[in-house]
Amino acid sequence: MPAPTPDRELVIFQNWSADAICVGPATEAALALPVSNAAPPDPALVALNRFGLGARPGDELGKIASDARGCLKAELKQQDLALISADDSKNAGLLDSTAAIQASMAAAAERKAARQEKAALAMQPATDAPDSSADAKNKPVVPPVEADIYRDEAQARFDKAINAAPGFVERLVGFWSNHFCVSAAKGRIVRACAGAFEREAIRPFVLGRFADMLLAVEHHPAMLFYLDNQQSIGPDSRAGKRRGRGINENLAREILELHTLGVGSGYAQADVTSFAGMLTGWTMAGREGRLGEPGSFVFNANAHQPGEAALLGKTYPPGGMGQAEAALNDIARQPATAQHIASKLACHFIADEPPPRSVAHLAEVFTKTDGDLHALALALIDMPEAWSMPLTKLRAPFDYVVAVRRAIGPSAGNEPQRTLRWLRALGEPLWQPPGPNGFPDRTDNWASAEGLKTRLDIAWQAAKQADDIGNPDDMLSTLIGASASAETREAIAHAESRQQGLALLLMAPEFQRR
Amino acid sequence: MSLLCETPNPSRRAVLMTGGALFAWAYLPRFARAADNRDPRLIVIVLRGALDGLSTVGPVGDPDYAGLHGDIALSLSGPNAALPLDSFFAVNPAMPAFARLFKAGQAAVVHAAATGYRERSHFDGQDVLESGLPGPGNATTGWLNRALASLPAGEKVAKLGGLAVGPSTPLVIRGAAPVLGWAPQALPMPGDALGARVLDLYNHRDPVLAAALQKGLDASRMAMSDELDGKAMKPRGGLDNAAGMRQSAQGAAKLMAADDGPRIAALAFDGWDTHVNEGGATGRLANLLGGLDGAFEEFETGLGERWQDTAVVAITEFGRTARINGTVGTDHGTGTVVLLAGGVIKGGRVIADWPGLKPAQLYEQRDLAPTSDVRAVLKGLLADQFGLSAAVLGDKVFPDSAAVKPMRDLIV
Repeated sequence: MPAPTPDRELVIFQNWSADAICVGPATEAALALPVSNAAPPDPALVALNRFGLGARPGDELGKIASDARGCLKAELKQQDLALISADDSKNAGLLDSTAAIQASMAAAAERKAARQEKAALAMQPATDAPDSSADAKNKPVVPPVEADIYRDEAQARFDKAINAAPGFVERLVGFWSNHFCVSAAKGRIVRACAGAFEREAIRPFVLGRFADMLLAVEHHPAMLFYLDNQQSIGPDSRAGKRRGRGINENLAREILELHTLGVGSGYAQADVTSFAGMLTGWTMAGREGRLGEPGSFVFNANAHQPGEAALLGKTYPPGGMGQAEAALNDIARQPATAQHIASKLACHFIADEPPPRSVAHLAEVFTKTDGDLHALALALIDMPEAWSMPLTKLRAPFDYVVAVRRAIGPSAGNEPQRTLRWLRALGEPLWQPPGPNGFPDRTDNWASAEGLKTRLDIAWQAAKQADDIGNPDDMLSTLIGASASAETREAIAHAESRQQGLALLLMAPEFQRR
Repeated sequence: MSLLCETPNPSRRAVLMTGGALFAWAYLPRFARAADNRDPRLIVIVLRGALDGLSTVGPVGDPDYAGLHGDIALSLSGPNAALPLDSFFAVNPAMPAFARLFKAGQAAVVHAAATGYRERSHFDGQDVLESGLPGPGNATTGWLNRALASLPAGEKVAKLGGLAVGPSTPLVIRGAAPVLGWAPQALPMPGDALGARVLDLYNHRDPVLAAALQKGLDASRMAMSDELDGKAMKPRGGLDNAAGMRQSAQGAAKLMAADDGPRIAALAFDGWDTHVNEGGATGRLANLLGGLDGAFEEFETGLGERWQDTAVVAITEFGRTARINGTVGTDHGTGTVVLLAGGVIKGGRVIADWPGLKPAQLYEQRDLAPTSDVRAVLKGLLADQFGLSAAVLGDKVFPDSAAVKPMRDLIV
C-alpha cells in the first residue's frame, strides 16, 4: 500500500513582524483608479459606453448628452428591436434550431457513410481498383455545415450589434446570452444551434419576463444538450428499468446555481438530485423521429422519473413535464433569484463592486414586477449611480471589438471570420465560454497582460482596415468628445500617421473603459 | 526574535530576518547555496471542470473499483491496458510520458486529495482552489501570487515575477506581485512605436492598463527573441484541447528556461467536466489527459537542464462521483488526484491514505473520500522549493490554514 501522508510540522517561526510580510494592496486594480475617470462622466459616454456599444461616425455626442436617458429609453420603446428574424431579407438563410440540428444530423450521417466507404475501400487489395481508391482520397470532405451555420449566425449577431443605436438592447442580449450560456465547443449539435438558441430563447424575452426566458432556455435543445439533460433518464422510469441508465444531474445543478438562485443560497445536494429527477424526460427528438420532429424539444414520458419530488421544501406532485415547469416557475420568483440577477446586472452595468443600494433597488424592482426585464432595464437607466459613478469597467472583448468596428465604419473589413478570430485571440470566442458560468464580467479578468497586448494588435489591424480615416482629431471628437483628456488629445495629435492616430484612439483609456 | 526550529530547513527570508550570521549559512535552503547551483522553478496547472481522479490514476487493486466505475474503469488487461504505477494503482494509458517519468523517479501522485471545499459548485470550488482561501468569496488574488509576493523583494524568484499563460490571467497567479502574460501569437503585430506611445498615454492616464500592457509587451518580446525566422507561433487550439495544452506548455517552457525568465508559472486547462460519455482508457477524458501528458513532456523537453530544478503540479477543484452516472459519465464529487512531475520531485510514489470505495467509505456515499489536503501538497512544494515557512504559508499564502501542515518530502 502507498505510504501514509507525512504530516509532521517541521518548521515554525514566530514573531514575524506583520509589516515585513505584508504583500501590499490586494490587486493591481486597487493600486489606482484610472485618472481619466475621476470626474463624473460625460452623459453621452454613459449612454454610449456604459449602456451602449460605442459611438459611430455621424453620432452627435452633444445631442445625445442633452437627453441621454431619453435616448436610451427611446431604444427600449422600439417594438421587437431585439429580434433577429429570418423573415427579414438580410437574415434570409438563417435556420431555426430544429432545421439547424437536422442539417447537422444529416451531415453526421453523410460523414459516417463517407468514413465507411473509405474503410471499405481500404479493405480491398490495392491492385484491384487503384483508380477508385485515388478517387476516394481526392474526394472533397463533407463540408462542415455546422461551421457554416455558426458563421452565418455570428455575422447576423455582429451586424445587429454594429448597427444598433445606441446598443443598450444588444448589450442586454449579450448579458442574458452569457447568463444562460451554451458552448459551441460542446459538439456539432450545439455549434449548429447556438445562434438559433440566442434568437429563439434569449432575444424574444430580453424586455419580457424572466420566468418566460428561463422556461424557454431550459426547454431548448441547445441547453438540454449543453448540460447533458437529453440523456438523463429516471432510474424508475420505463426506459431506466429497461436500459439500466439513469440520472445526470448537471442541468439541475446549474439551473439552481447559475440560472436562478445562485450558489450558497440554501439549496442542498438532495435538492439537486430531486430536481434532476423532475427534469428527466426533457430531451430532443432523435434523427429517427420516433418521439417527434427530429431536433425539436420533446418530453419523453418513458424516461421521466415517476412520482412526487421535493425541491426547497416544497413537494411537487407527479405531473410529467409540468412538474419541472412548476418548479422552474417557483424558483424564478424566489428572493434568492431576484438577488442573484440584481447583483449580476449591477456588476455588469454599474461597477465590479456596485453600491449595495443599487443591487437592493434592482432586486426590489425584480420582485415587485414579477421579474419584468423591461422594468429592470428602465430601473438601470434611472439609477443615479449610473450617471455619477466613473466609467471604471474595461470593455469585455465582444463589446470592445464591436466598438472598434463601429468606430472604423461598418463596411471596413467586416468579415465574420476576422471578427471571430479577434474574439478568440482576446479570450472570448463567440458562444464558446469556458464553462456554464459564462465569461467573466470583471475588469481584472480582461485587463491582463496578454489581453492588452492583443488589443494593441487589434487596434493596429483595425486602423489599417479603415479605408477612409479622415483626420484622427475629428474622429476623437466624434467617438469620445469633449471629455477626452489632454494627454489623449496630445497623443493623437502627435501621431506619426493617420493609422497610428486611429490606433491610439482605439487604445485610449476613454475607448477601453465603460 | 524567538525562533523555534525543528529542522535545518527554514526559509531564506526568515534567515535573513534573524540578521544573517547567527544560523544563516548552516540553515540556508538549497537554492540559496551557490555551490549546488539550484535555480528552482514551479509550474501550476489548474484543471478546470473537476478531474475524475479515479479514471486518471485508477485504484485497480481495489476490489470495489471496477464495479463502481463501470464501463469506464481502467484495467490492467485488454487492448488499452492502464500503465501500472505500483501494485495497487495504474495510470490512464493516455499518459505514457507521465508513466515514464514516474518510473524514472520524477513523477508522483497524491491520491484521495481535496481542498477544504466540500460543496460541488465548479466555480466556488475553483475560487477556493485558486485563491487559497478557506472558503468561496470575492477572491481577487491567488495563492501562487501571494507566495511570490512573500519572497524577499531582492530574491531572484521574486524579482523575475510570475508567468500567466493564456489570454486571461488565472486567479491563482493574480495579485500584487508582477506577472507576465503570454499566449500563442494569433495576430500580426504592430511595430514597437505604437506600443510605446500607448504605454506612454497609459502611464499618464491609466496606471492599471499601463502595468498590464507593459508586461504583455515584455513577454511578447521575450517569446519572440529566439524565433530567428520571425515565424510567430500560430495557435493550434484552445486550452480545452490536447494540441492547445501542449503548445501552451511549449511556449511557457521556452520563457521559463531563459536565465532571466520567470521562475513561477500558472496555466489553466479547461474541459474536464465529464458528465456524459466520459470514456476511460480511450475517449473524451483520455484525449484531454493526453494533452496534459503532452504538457508535462513539453516542459521536460523545453526546460532542458532546468527540468532538474523544476516542479510541475496539476490540481483541480474537486473530483467526481465514484459511481458512474446514468449517462456513462460522472457527476461532481470530492476526492481526486494531484499530479506531480519534475526533476526535483521525489517520484515513483503514489502517496495516499487510501480510504476505500465501499459505500460506507465513500464521502456522502457517493464520492472518493478525501484523506489528503491539496493545500498540504502545495505548501510542501512552496516550502521545499522556495523556503517559505509554515507560518507564512499558513497565514499569507493559504490564510487560516495553520492546521493544514505542509506535506514534506515531495522534493528531492
